[in-house]
Amino acid sequence: MKKKIKIKINGKQIMINDNTKLHVFLKKFEVPLNKVAIELNREIVDKKKLNDITLKTNDKIEVVHFIGGG
Amino acid sequence: MKQDKLIISKKKFSSRLIVGTGKYKDMSECARAIKISGAEIVTVAVRRVNITDKKKPLLMDYIDPKKITYLPNTAGCFNSREALRTLRLAREIGGWELVKLEVLGDKKNLFPEMIETLKSTETLTKEGFKVMVYCNDDPLMAKRLEDAGASAIMPLAAPIGSGLGILNKLNISIIRKQTKLPLIIDAGLGQASDATIAMELGCDGVLVNTAIAKAKKPFQMAEAFKNAVIAGRQSFLSGRIEKKLMAIPSSPTKGII
Repeated sequence: MKKKIKIKINGKQIMINDNTKLHVFLKKFEVPLNKVAIELNREIVDKKKLNDITLKTNDKIEVVHFIGGG
Repeated sequence: MKQDKLIISKKKFSSRLIVGTGKYKDMSECARAIKISGAEIVTVAVRRVNITDKKKPLLMDYIDPKKITYLPNTAGCFNSREALRTLRLAREIGGWELVKLEVLGDKKNLFPEMIETLKSTETLTKEGFKVMVYCNDDPLMAKRLEDAGASAIMPLAAPIGSGLGILNKLNISIIRKQTKLPLIIDAGLGQASDATIAMELGCDGVLVNTAIAKAKKPFQMAEAFKNAVIAGRQSFLSGRIEKKLMAIPSSPTKGII
């Protein structure tokens, strides 16, 4: 069995396979990459470099988009 | 009136009404109200994507950011750090540099925390943002924001969502006289005539959300605000008569039978 690691996405803790690329991970959630911004451990991630990033245990990801507001 | 454009950081807009996209029943109601209002700029908030519900509709599917200028806001931020984080993320979504800065200091009144607002304006300006700043109606603070590089001064008329209209016309007039920056009334308007008053005071535009979204007939109110802003602007440009304490007859007094 593959080793699992624990990460947080938008405040929610989940277990994922070790050595998961950020790009693959976001694809799984069907995140529309052209309409969001991504933060990894409080640093903005360049969306062109998603494939270069391998998730580590305790990583915190934030995925945000625009919603209605005043 | 054709040449009378609202200019914010060199970008020209025909409509002087900016509308918020919050508090509508659903996104299609929001999109239709915006269309009716004629607004070319809409404010939007930055929030977490709902990761578990993939079918949730996206704002961008209803309001095309290529046709309508998105003005990302920092609503819900209570300090400079949170506001900067929010706007840097907003820029990352799609290259938005024109932003609405709103740093709140008080959950009950949602008044702006002006020290944090000023600090954030300085930092954001240095980072290349064009910052439209929600602020109180204090002329001295408005001047500080202008000196810090703000792209527009946006004083409140009254507390956000209160619908009280412009409570301190004097301060708004003083700010109008002292600044060449776009002056936009942000927050607190309740009905269309409030927008007319703002425009007659010489403001360059108004920003409205609750008054349209929560009206019993939002579409009709959107149109009312559109007309009110146009009427107020025309009235301001027409040069009103002087106020007098005596009556002056409108009909000739000569030749009365």
